[in-house]
Amino acid sequence: MTEQIQEALSRKYEAGFVSDIESETFAAGLDEDVIRRISAMKNEPEWMLEWRLRAYHNWLGMEEPDWAHVRYPKIDYQAISYYSSPKSMKDKPKSLDEVDPELLRVYEKLGIPLYEQEMLAGVAVDVVFDSVSVVTTFREKLKEAGVIFCPISEAIQEYPELVKKYLGTVVPRSDNYFAALNSAVFTDGSFVYIPKGVRCPMELSTYFRINEQNTGQFERTLIIADEGSYVSYLEGCTAPQRDENQLHAAVVELVAMDDAQIKYSTVQNWYPGDENGKGGIYNFVTKRGLCHTNAKISWTQVETGSAVTWKYPSCILKGDNSVGEFYSVALTRGHQQADTGTKMIHLGKNTKSTIISKGISAGQSNNSYRGLVHMGPKADGARNFTECDSLLIGDRCGAHTFPYIESRNPTAKVEHEATTSKVSDDQLFLCKQRGLDAEKAVSMIVNGFCKEVFKELPMEFAVEAGKLLEISLEGSVG
Amino acid sequence: MLTIKNLHARVEQKNILNNLNLAIKPGEVHAIMGPNGAGKSTLGYVLSGREGYEVLDGQVDFQGQDLLEMETEDRARHGLFLAFQYPVEIPGVSNMEFMKESVNAMRQHRGEEPLTAAEFLKKAKEACKQVQLPLDFLKRGVNEGFSGGEKKRNEIMQMILLEPTLCILDESDSGLDVDALQVVANGVNSQRDGKRSFIVITHYQRLLDYIEPDFVHILANGKVVKSGDASLAKQIEQEGYAFLGLDTSEEASA
Repeated sequence: MTEQIQEALSRKYEAGFVSDIESETFAAGLDEDVIRRISAMKNEPEWMLEWRLRAYHNWLGMEEPDWAHVRYPKIDYQAISYYSSPKSMKDKPKSLDEVDPELLRVYEKLGIPLYEQEMLAGVAVDVVFDSVSVVTTFREKLKEAGVIFCPISEAIQEYPELVKKYLGTVVPRSDNYFAALNSAVFTDGSFVYIPKGVRCPMELSTYFRINEQNTGQFERTLIIADEGSYVSYLEGCTAPQRDENQLHAAVVELVAMDDAQIKYSTVQNWYPGDENGKGGIYNFVTKRGLCHTNAKISWTQVETGSAVTWKYPSCILKGDNSVGEFYSVALTRGHQQADTGTKMIHLGKNTKSTIISKGISAGQSNNSYRGLVHMGPKADGARNFTECDSLLIGDRCGAHTFPYIESRNPTAKVEHEATTSKVSDDQLFLCKQRGLDAEKAVSMIVNGFCKEVFKELPMEFAVEAGKLLEISLEGSVG
Repeated sequence: MLTIKNLHARVEQKNILNNLNLAIKPGEVHAIMGPNGAGKSTLGYVLSGREGYEVLDGQVDFQGQDLLEMETEDRARHGLFLAFQYPVEIPGVSNMEFMKESVNAMRQHRGEEPLTAAEFLKKAKEACKQVQLPLDFLKRGVNEGFSGGEKKRNEIMQMILLEPTLCILDESDSGLDVDALQVVANGVNSQRDGKRSFIVITHYQRLLDYIEPDFVHILANGKVVKSGDASLAKQIEQEGYAFLGLDTSEEASA
């Protein structure tokens, strides 16, 4: 089997096309002036610019973290362009009919026919292309329910009080190197507000796409679920195939007020680089949610893309009885490196968290789970359950687990289970003897391995995620 | 159906099959017996194309085709089925999902339309009944947490669903109590239709009380040392292999 696996580990990246869209891109480099220009392009109020500049100065005084189990050449932050916008965006479209048809074709290629989604799935989609939010579908219907779902640049204009009140409260400006950078230069992203007691009438969804060369994508998402409300949100990401590495440093902040629930799902398929490890996206993302009393936040992620992933969607369980969940499938192949996991910070009484992490490594990739479970001194009766499973395909890849457990409360309970297994020759032989080819067999075995996580995804996306895994695994067996 | 000529094969540098010859016609049931280490299971693996089992010499003709040239999955699609001695688990993949993919892979090979979920479910339920497995086995992960007997019955269920032309049963009786043995045998007998052929690998004559073989072959040191009818199995049950002048000292089962 090993021989088969070593054969052709490369497979074409299906979302790797470049779109020919005229765009306006800043020259590479970062200084105060660039930040002022970004802020001016977005027509931002003074307080926003001040906030960005403070973040920039925080960033200047910080060091890039090097503790993750990943290796990459030093990033030259002056070689990146911090703003790119499709030209036709200058007069922003009011509806899909006004969107550049070429841009819409891009999304069709990506398998996101907006009209269809609008009509059939009833999914409201916000699309962020390079740095600008293109269109947000379904706004009217959401408005009726009192739900705000719009580009964050627009929220800064239209709902400054909400943005001012919550921005940076979960992920502070100076939280970490990449979060500080994002705070200084973020260009767009989504903003969601669900009013008290409202169950958001549809899935909300954002697709991110990096198209321009040498641009970074720094999106910022802020979701606020007010008391007793519910929202399910999904983000998807792709990028064209390029030889240079591109930086993606996003920040996502979730606020779940008392009795509120937020379900946040990610299907991440950024370009992973070629078979020799050239190119690909650096995915350095800070995602964190704050739970008030009885609130619940679930993170579900399916990570198949990016050259390097550094990502720990976390929950701060501040309110009593609040619940945090993290379900993750991370697949690495070729020369991909992923260091991903979560942090569950238990502060309130009887807080509960569940972590299910499934790591799949193929090729010469490295896949690490890194997770922190912290039980604070007041977290009486808090509980955590962690299950961390790794599946190896072939014998040149690596799986690593770095669990950190800190308990300051004698009544708190923490459970940790970890397994490592290989797709065995016996399993492959059984499948082949039943008429299945090796590729089908591996994808079936891997899908079975991930089942616990897939069932947490919204139904239509669970199917997508399964397909994505299948495509990603193509060529990882001969 | 199947003609094996002068077959030599080895595993991990160790020669296991040495000049094995066997001919099976459509509809026949051939029992293969023999002491541990004789090469019985190896024969099943070599025929089904398991990796690591290296053919050194010989020919195998399967329904007019060179079996040894075919990929493992192609052999299966051409109707060769192996019921495993130790069926492996595939966690998280339901029996149902697995068997539907498998049945449809065979159908695709024959140029038939894939079965819909409803059509497949109907067939699967019938097969389940035939081997007396509760229907919830269809939903459970492949062999996940099955008892030894359940695993064996599950193999026979798969055989019934796949409608192969040649079935190789590798110790499908081992570890079974009398009731389960009868269920397995009934499952096999229900598939005897005068065209389908069987190779029944077993240590014990008792299975052959239920599945009556047309021929019994004794395998030793990698070749057939004696062939006969069902009475040969009975003789071995009574006298052991000693009367054949074989060294039956324990060796690891191959």
